[in-house]
Amino acid sequence: MTELLITKVILAGFVVFAVLNLAGLHTWVERKQSALIQDRIGANRASIFGFRLFGIFHGIADALKMFTKEDVIPAGANKTLHTVAPFFSVLFSLVVFAAIPFGPTLLIPGLEPIHLQVAKIDAAVLYIFAMLSLGVYGVIIAGFASRNNYALMGGLRATAQMISYEVALGIAIIGVIMVYGTMDLGEIVDRQGHLIGGWLPMWGIVTQPIAFIVFTTAALAETKRAPFDLPEGESEIIGYFVEYSGMKFGMFFLADFLETIVVATLATTLFFGGWQIPYMAADGFHFPWGWDIPIDNWLYVLLGFLSFSAKTLAFCFVFMQIRWTLPRFRYDQLMDLGWKGLFPIAVVNVVVTAIIMTVMGKVG
Amino acid sequence: MATKVVRRPELTFWEKLYLPQIYCGLKITFRHFFKNLGLHIAHRLGRLKHLRASITYQYPEELRPLMSRYRSRHRLTLRDDKTPRCVGCMLCETVCPAKCITIVPGEHPDPHVEKYPIRFDIDLGICVYCGYCVEVCPEDAIRMDTGILDLAAYSREAMRLDIHELMDPELRKPVNDCSLTFPHTCKVHGGDMKGSWDGIAKTAD
Repeated sequence: MTELLITKVILAGFVVFAVLNLAGLHTWVERKQSALIQDRIGANRASIFGFRLFGIFHGIADALKMFTKEDVIPAGANKTLHTVAPFFSVLFSLVVFAAIPFGPTLLIPGLEPIHLQVAKIDAAVLYIFAMLSLGVYGVIIAGFASRNNYALMGGLRATAQMISYEVALGIAIIGVIMVYGTMDLGEIVDRQGHLIGGWLPMWGIVTQPIAFIVFTTAALAETKRAPFDLPEGESEIIGYFVEYSGMKFGMFFLADFLETIVVATLATTLFFGGWQIPYMAADGFHFPWGWDIPIDNWLYVLLGFLSFSAKTLAFCFVFMQIRWTLPRFRYDQLMDLGWKGLFPIAVVNVVVTAIIMTVMGKVG
Repeated sequence: MATKVVRRPELTFWEKLYLPQIYCGLKITFRHFFKNLGLHIAHRLGRLKHLRASITYQYPEELRPLMSRYRSRHRLTLRDDKTPRCVGCMLCETVCPAKCITIVPGEHPDPHVEKYPIRFDIDLGICVYCGYCVEVCPEDAIRMDTGILDLAAYSREAMRLDIHELMDPELRKPVNDCSLTFPHTCKVHGGDMKGSWDGIAKTAD
């Protein structure tokens, strides 16, 4: 029992450490990537002992600034809720990572096999979507507790957006759940390792391409970043966190970055085979053209973890690129896209998937 | 009344689908991203320096290239003997719309030159950088081609350039010692007349 506890604590610590650092690094990536896209250089002046390292210290400078700034709570605001809201936002996007498998099973002699997943939940998909949905409470509470009409409007926009996109998001995932026949993310990843016709990996992108497009769109809306940054609209339409300052404001930003990573890991897990590498099995690579390369368990785990990280980072990169490519949607366009575009497509996708699976006799 | 029919462009089916348009947008941003990333890496390796990776100039280290006709800080051009070319005709002081030029002419030992400035001040705090002084000068004695743009000072007094700074564009404030040998007044000497024409080669004789 203590053994299990220790491994779980280590795993959880590792995940939180990795994710928070990645989120912090996102500030740097965001600055530099947008700079390169727009033919600029990007923040590069912060230095430690004369080392600039391409401006990577700006994240630290940001954190220092956030922590030392005055924390203003507006007069008449609900102090408790105003303080709790940013914590809600960060908490709910952070706990999602518990259910995400980031590597294959690690075998250490003398120990139980360790699943590289903090919590092995049977209904992990449901858990994740529950947590993502709860995340919007942070936003609504922030808007409500600020005692600022603009903030409240921002919170309402966020709510409307979340509701219209969560539906499409959930229904898009149903297709994936049907194909793999489980809600356990670990199982879903395992089953994506199978091959279709002996050569094509059964990744979600192959079996559910439409669901992938719907999922990505809805998930981008979920992250509340451009082109779906209606709830925030920093420069123009004043979002739910106008009345926040200091690290509370920073936490909303952190939650944004965390959600981007959540979405990236989810897209990886559900559609890009999680930690799978094509033709890699627990005992080594088995290429369809006849090569066999045996590998040890530790190498298997390492490769799996690296594969998962690479895919997640690639998704983060693409999401960032989309964020700096597309302009913001208008509110009615957003609703149109959510209810008249993605929702029907997702439903049709589920129906078509069901028909195909019935015809091919794969149900069950 | 004539009416003008404005034809709003209708979106085609592919544009309405939006996804191809996202692809087009991403193509542009990805092209910029990888081009600039490649150029930045090439610059680090000392290659392709002639291609700019960004339109940003890293200001204090890297100055923007200026047009040759750009009007920057003034300077007084010099004769071969390092005395000012200015003959103290007062045309620039007269034409100056901002009245920022103050000249005190003195007698030059060379009868062909007749006059020279004992004192030549330009108050950059009120200069409008119109360049009339440069255009009006018959002797090509004042130019605005130093390329100096960072004209900031902590006091109005420090914005006043005297003959030292105008004759030597490299000289930055504060000026503590006077290297001019011909008779002149300057801030270093507290407004007193200092120097003599001895030892300075006379031209045109």
